[in-house]
Parts: sequence; structure tokens; C-alpha cells
Amino acid sequence: MIELDKIKPKKWQGKGESLTRFRELGMLATIVVISLLVQMRNPNYLTFENINDLLTNTAILSILSVGMMLVIVTRGIDLSIGSVLALSGMISALAVSANPNLHPLTAMLIGTVVGTASGAVVGLLISKGGLLPIIASLGMMNVYRGLTYMISGGRWVSAYQMPESFKYIATGRIFGINILVFIAVIIYIIAFYFVNYTRTGRQIYAVGSNPESAKISGINNSRIYFLVYTIMGALSGLAGVLWVSKFASAQGDTATGYEMSVIAACVLGGVSMAGGSGKISGIVMGSILLGIINNALPLINVSPFWQQAIQGVIILSSVIINTVVKRRVDKNNLMRRKI
Amino acid sequence: MDERKITGHREFSLKRFFFQWEWMLVLIFIIINIINSFLSPYYLNLRQLISTTATFLDKAFVVLPMTFVILLGDIDISVASTIALSSVIMGVLYNLGVPMAAAALICLVVSTLCGFFNGYLITRFKELSSVIITLSTSIIYRGIAYIILEDQAAGNFPSWFSFLGWGELGGIPLMLIAFAVFAVAFAILLHKTTFGRRVYAIGNNATASRFSGIQVDKIKIIIFTMVGFMCGVTSLFLTSRMGSTRPNVALGYELDIIAMVVLGGVSTAGGKGRIGGAILAVFVIGFLRYGLGLINVPSQLLLIIIGALLVTAVLISKIRMNVKKVRTVPSDIKQ
Repeated sequence: MIELDKIKPKKWQGKGESLTRFRELGMLATIVVISLLVQMRNPNYLTFENINDLLTNTAILSILSVGMMLVIVTRGIDLSIGSVLALSGMISALAVSANPNLHPLTAMLIGTVVGTASGAVVGLLISKGGLLPIIASLGMMNVYRGLTYMISGGRWVSAYQMPESFKYIATGRIFGINILVFIAVIIYIIAFYFVNYTRTGRQIYAVGSNPESAKISGINNSRIYFLVYTIMGALSGLAGVLWVSKFASAQGDTATGYEMSVIAACVLGGVSMAGGSGKISGIVMGSILLGIINNALPLINVSPFWQQAIQGVIILSSVIINTVVKRRVDKNNLMRRKI
Repeated sequence: MDERKITGHREFSLKRFFFQWEWMLVLIFIIINIINSFLSPYYLNLRQLISTTATFLDKAFVVLPMTFVILLGDIDISVASTIALSSVIMGVLYNLGVPMAAAALICLVVSTLCGFFNGYLITRFKELSSVIITLSTSIIYRGIAYIILEDQAAGNFPSWFSFLGWGELGGIPLMLIAFAVFAVAFAILLHKTTFGRRVYAIGNNATASRFSGIQVDKIKIIIFTMVGFMCGVTSLFLTSRMGSTRPNVALGYELDIIAMVVLGGVSTAGGKGRIGGAILAVFVIGFLRYGLGLINVPSQLLLIIIGALLVTAVLISKIRMNVKKVRTVPSDIKQ
């Protein structure tokens, strides 16, 4: 049995692997080329300070894309994360402004708990209620956004209401590197282990690539659905605290529409909306690529109004190139089989 | 459910007739109106009620073709950006001296082209889901709107143009009349023509439809182009009401529109639902918003109510469907 397990994935990976490798090499090449071009125009680009900046700005996006990857792998989608982020950010900001002596870790815990609970509700609606993910998360998106406004009474929590210790979460540095980057790296290491080396992690992929056969082979599908949306919620909650700490302000409309950027990072990172595939290394590069676009364009004097369109064109062309290459690979595989 | 679709006509049954999602919506609609008229003495004023429809009907134009898209099992996230882009182009052209009528026409052409481009990409790259494609085109369309107008606004439209959004004919807003005309046209297209039946067929099983000779790609492109066109119509009315345009108009409309269609009982899995439900849902949400606004319910609470309504409505329909399934199983075995 153990041997069978070992042989099968290898055989199966055979043709898929080359494609993923092409994808990742392509992404890496894109990142390198863009970096070199920008560096030629503006030598300030590849400096420690700027790269630290770039990574700090990408950290929140990349944390969220871990959760979104798990959701998309199970063929789902979560539109509520922008609202969950705002809600948990607002609650933790209100908590620290009410008691300034609150330890920053407690604030992070509060945000994460709020996010976990919000994610669990979405997960319950999907796993037990049988709602389609897009509907459940769309509905709850409105609910959480409304709650954020209600709790704050429409007011902002601004920088002067937050203690220094809280703002330190996003401004502090360890060995010169921003704390946000450390948090993102830790989450990525945990996620990498979880997705590749634990039973539950593999079950997520099994459910995503074929829900029926996953069920037949004894996987509790609804448990997996519930789990991924709860993880997504927890990460959004954490990201909410980090967001509020970074921008030193919590507003009712924080992160409106941010879910689209996160989905875009996943798609750019090669996570298939059809479910069952997606790699941690892919979404790292997906979010970094998005981060580079946002960071580099101002450096080479591209008007900020061009950013969105350029971002869109890069996302669209990357998914299209990927499809075209995949078609060619599949065709070659078919021809080989004929001979 | 499926049985009816295959055999086409079934014997009329009163029980089945009333056991439909639309009646649920009618019920919600009536309840909302009763509650509203109790809560505010100003609510039950027919003239006022009719003219208030103009405040929420701008989105409703896109709800009609979006029903088709969701029936196909697809989704179009780019509608809000299409509205913004066509509106911005119209505004800029008018300010450059192009006659208003020509600018309005170009607005419709641009939005139709945006829709066609979506449809083309979706049929050309079938491996990609419509979510990804319309997500990226939505970023691109709005991005182009930002490139054109940056953080400026365009406006100063002629007075006849503002009549489009604010005008009334015999006490009935022009927008309501236009919506009624489009609604009837789309309802006929969906429920009385072969084209409509084919949409259902594709939504139920695209592969089987293709094998039975339906030109799936052609129908998909037509529908996405229709969405684009209706975005242009929305853009005209919206711009007319606002009197000016910016690149961030209609932000978040796509989710409102999808929510209305889904609340109208159209399943995002495709192939199930009717256009009447979606139209009813437009008015349910519209009057809910108006009534609660009259008694000063904060708009934030309204967000919660609409979200909760969406989720519970679909949950209830799921439960009803399960009940129905259990009931019909024995009779199926008998046959």
C-alpha cells in the first residue's frame, strides 16, 4: 500500500510537472526581466530599502492568497474576505483604542478570532447549508461590511487613537526586515507543511480535483469545505489587524474590493479555478509579481492611473499564455500516446 | 425540475404553480410593503412609489441579460467596469465637442464591444472559467477608464440628456418605461423563443447541447454581447442621473446585480430559474431600500439585511428542493 502511494503520484506528476515547471520558470523570468528593466531606468529599485518596502507592501496580499488558494483548490471562491478583513481590523482597532495597554499579540489574537468566526459562518453555509460558495460569500460580504459600519458607528479609528505598541506590529523591524514579512514567511512555512505533508492538506486537493471520488474514498467533504473557509477567515482576520496597524487607520470601507486582488494573485500564481491544483511556490510568485508591478511603476514614472490597466493586461495575458502552453503540452502527450 | 425541461409541457397543477420561487418573492414583496406602510405614513403614496423606481432601476437593465449569463452557468464580473468605461468615454467625447447623440451612440458601441470581447475570450479559451476572464477584463476596462480621465470628472451634459434619467411621461419615469420594454423583450427572448430554450439546454449540459447541434459558442458570444449592450444602456441612464462621470462610477455594481439575479431564484449552477424572478428581486430590494430609508434605517443595516436576505432566501429554496426531492422519489419508482 505504501509503495503504491509512492509510485502513483510520481507517474501522475509526469506530464503535469513539466507544465508547472514551465509556469514557474516563466513567472520567475518575468519577475527578473521586469526587475532588470526597472533597474536600468531607476537604480533605486534594487536597493535593500526598496525591496524591504516592496515585500512589506506585498505581505498582507500574500497572507490572504494562502487562504484563497485553499478555497479555490476546493473549487470554491470567497468574496467576503475584504469585509472580514475590515470587520476584524475595526474590532481590534476599537479594542486597542479603548485599552491602550493591550498587548499587540492580544490584539492580533482578537482579530484572528473574529476572522475565524466569520469564516466559520461562511463555511457552515457552504458545507452544511449546501449554498454555492459565490452566493454564500457574497451574502456574508454585505453582512460583515454592514457590521463593520454598525460597530464603528460610521467613525474611523485614526492613528492618534492607537498606541505605539500596536503600530509597531507593522513598522517594527527584526534584523532590518519588517515584521510583516516575517509573519508572512512563517505563515508560508506552516502552509507549505500543511498542504504537502499532512493528511488533511492532501485531502483538500483530493476534494478539489474530484469531489465524488474523494467522498467514495472516505474523505469527509463537508469537513474540508468548512475547514478551508475557516482558515480563510482566520487569515483575513489576522490580515485585518496587520492592515489597520500598517495604515494606522481603521475605516468602514477598508479593503473594499480587495478580494479581487487576492483572487488575481492566486490566478497569476497558477491556481486553477477548476480546482485541485495550485502550489504554494506559485502564489508566492503571483503575489510578488503583483507587488512588483505596484512598486515599480511609480519608480519609472509611469502615471499611477496606468497601474490598474497594466495589472489587468498582465493577469489576462498570463492566464492565456498558460492555457495555450497547456494545450500544446496536452496535444504532444496525446500524439506520443498514439505512437 | 429536470423532467419538465425535457418534456416541455406538463399538465397544469395548481399546487405546482403556487409552489414556485416567484411566489415566495411576491410574498416577501407584499410583506415588505405592508411593514413599510406601517412603519412610515409617507410610504403608501402611489405617485411617490412609482417615481422612486428611478432611483434603483439603473442596475436593473443589466439584471436582464445577467440572468441569461447565469443560466448558462457563467458569470460576468466586468459589468460595473464596462458601465464605467463607456460612461467615461461618452463624457470625454462630449467635452471634446462631439455631439451628445453621437457620444451616446459611441457609449453603446463601446460597451457592446467590451461585452463581445468577454464573450470572444470565454469561447476561445474554454479552459478558463468566466470568473477569471471577466475578472481580468474588469480590471482592464476600469483601468482604461482611469487612463482616460485620471482623477478628473466629465460632465455639463445638455438638458435633454438629463431628461433621460430624470424625465417622466405622464407621471411615470422614463426609466421605468424603458425597463418595462426591455424586460418584456428579454422575457419573450428567454421563454418564448428557441434561443431561450437553447440557453437552458446549455446551462443544463453544455456538452450534450453541443452534440445535439446547438452552436454553444455563438449563443455565448451573443449573450455576453447583450450584457455589454445593456451595460451601455445602464451607463446612459446612470450618467444622465448623475450629470457627470468619473472613472469610479458604478463601483461594486457587479455584485449587486448578481445578488439580484440569484435572489430571483436563478441558480448559479446554471439552467434553472426564470427572468420574472430576477425582475421581482429588483423591486423587492429596491422597495426594501426605499422603505427603510424613509424610516431612517442606516444604510449599513440595510447592507446586513440584504446580505442576510440573499443567504436565507437561497437556503430556504435549498431546503424546499430537498423536501421536493424526497417527495418525488417514490412516484418516480412507481413509474
